[in-house]
Amino acid sequence: MSFFLQLMVSGFALGMVYALIAIGFVIILKCSKAFNIAQGHFVMIGGYLGFTFLVTFHLPVWASLLAAVASAIILGLIIERFTLRPLVGQPVLAVIMMTIALSVVFEGLATLIWGGEYKTYHGVLPTLTLKVGELSIPPETLIGVIVSIAVVAILMLFFRYTKSGLAMMATAEDEQVVQSAGIKVTTVYALSWVIACIVGVIGGIILGGVSGVMIPLSMIGLKAFAVVLLGGINSIGGAIVAGIILGVLENVAAGYLDPLLPGGGLANVFPFIIMIIVLIFRPYGLFGLVEIERI
Amino acid sequence: MGLPSGTFNQGYAQDMAIFRTRTHWVMLIAFLIFLFTCPLFFGDRILTVLTIIGITVISVHGLNILTGYCNQISMGHAGFMAVGAYTSAILTAKLGFSFWAALPCAALAAGIVGIIFGLPSLRIKGFYLIMATIAAHFIIIWVILQLYGITGGSDGLAVPRPEIGGFVFKSKSSYFYLVMIIACLGTFLAKNLVRTRAGRAFIAIRDNELAAEVMGVNLLSYKLVAFFIGCVYAGVAGSLLVHYVAFATVDQFPFMNSVWYLGMLIVGGMGSTAGAIFGVVFLKLLDELVTIVGPILSAAVAPQAAASLSLIMRGLVIILFLIFEPRGLAHRWQMVKAYYRLWPFSH
Repeated sequence: MSFFLQLMVSGFALGMVYALIAIGFVIILKCSKAFNIAQGHFVMIGGYLGFTFLVTFHLPVWASLLAAVASAIILGLIIERFTLRPLVGQPVLAVIMMTIALSVVFEGLATLIWGGEYKTYHGVLPTLTLKVGELSIPPETLIGVIVSIAVVAILMLFFRYTKSGLAMMATAEDEQVVQSAGIKVTTVYALSWVIACIVGVIGGIILGGVSGVMIPLSMIGLKAFAVVLLGGINSIGGAIVAGIILGVLENVAAGYLDPLLPGGGLANVFPFIIMIIVLIFRPYGLFGLVEIERI
Repeated sequence: MGLPSGTFNQGYAQDMAIFRTRTHWVMLIAFLIFLFTCPLFFGDRILTVLTIIGITVISVHGLNILTGYCNQISMGHAGFMAVGAYTSAILTAKLGFSFWAALPCAALAAGIVGIIFGLPSLRIKGFYLIMATIAAHFIIIWVILQLYGITGGSDGLAVPRPEIGGFVFKSKSSYFYLVMIIACLGTFLAKNLVRTRAGRAFIAIRDNELAAEVMGVNLLSYKLVAFFIGCVYAGVAGSLLVHYVAFATVDQFPFMNSVWYLGMLIVGGMGSTAGAIFGVVFLKLLDELVTIVGPILSAAVAPQAAASLSLIMRGLVIILFLIFEPRGLAHRWQMVKAYYRLWPFSH
């Protein structure tokens, strides 16, 4: 039983990471209809930035976070202005290939700057230990969960109560109507990329503290798409719920089934199996909008 | 359109001809003669590059039919190649089939797997289909790793070189001929396939799915046909690849290869048979450039510079093409031709 609970807890933590990536993805998708494959790479860059600020420069945690967020803002603005804006109105594949190309460039840059090595900073982030019976929750996981929930809550409030947040929601609804109402759509696009970058970088810093960062971390980005699809492609709440469901399912399935399979590695493929099942039976996900198409 | 001045089409056959004028024919024959005499004046290293280019061209033709003509974006093409590769590897290495029997089986197996993963394409499209094909890639590779007894799992599988009569395609030049003959045949078929009834149906589906359905194009069957043909090409290419390396592992079919095949299509030009070839040659030559420049840069800057250079170069090429020439090299080539024909009176 405790094995099961332990799997549940670590699955929950993994699910929060999935959810963070999925939220960044959903924000961009909602506002600019662009599918951002590079979201996982934002997380990787975030992890490495965390390493640079926390370990190389020995900055305190709050200063590192501020510096990382500032870098994320610059990164988001550059990406939107120079690579995505020329593609407005182009087919889906062009945007997807653009973000894939971006992700490859990020990977190259990370290899160049950080040597593509495994970096970790256990014990640098503040720790919180929680023990429930014989079940121990790893401290950084707990911090990760708390920060993730805080980020999600801030985003929810931002979308509901601020002017720019409402402008983003409106743009998601209908670009042309929004333009005639005097909202500058390009600003909204830029803002959505900035927010996605910030969310990704914060997720990366947490992940760097929990399990370390390396180049293959960006694979998580691909797995997070299963979360996006399960939750519904344009639902932030769906992303969180689906992230937790998938994180827990993946961990439990891998924990119990891996010893039975000769090759193992079920955790790596499990989200993709879920993805196919969702796509066949419920393509719009648990909470997504059903799109009706007309000629 | 695009004919030299003074040349007029006077019938359906002339209208449809791929090689219309005498100059076209002369250039085609000159190119083929050059291609098939390559082993006489190139060393083994260049022949290896050309052979890999030939194999990739076959694979990308399949992707072009599927994605460029029918707009069913597949990001699992390397996975379908792996299906063909392992089918052929198992048949020749474990069951003692000859390569010539295994190749069609590999093509068929890849095609059938393609149909299975193409089934969701009736309900989903665009981004959702990309996700389904990405999932297909990872599931295929995982299954191959699981079937340890048959496929050798992560250890891989030694594969014999093909042979005919007593002659084994052992040398680089003999395999080069084999690949190039199949690549030329594949190009010929691909070019003509898109001009048949099925090809026109693919284009109708690409341009507007609902309108195509209203006109009477059976969406499900034509989409599955597109998946089948695309994956048959992938299967042939995968089979040729493992027989060339004489070894089959899943590492030969990484996920990023699927992405690069799409990148080659974008660089070359979607929905153009010539574009597929242009894109493959361009990106493969870029790789060669990186392998030459990389070590120099590594020595000068940092040891990891070579690895990052190849990633950054490829990424940048695709970014630049998407921004400045989204219709690819094929379109640029048409413009150069038009310019050359009209020069010096460009109006």
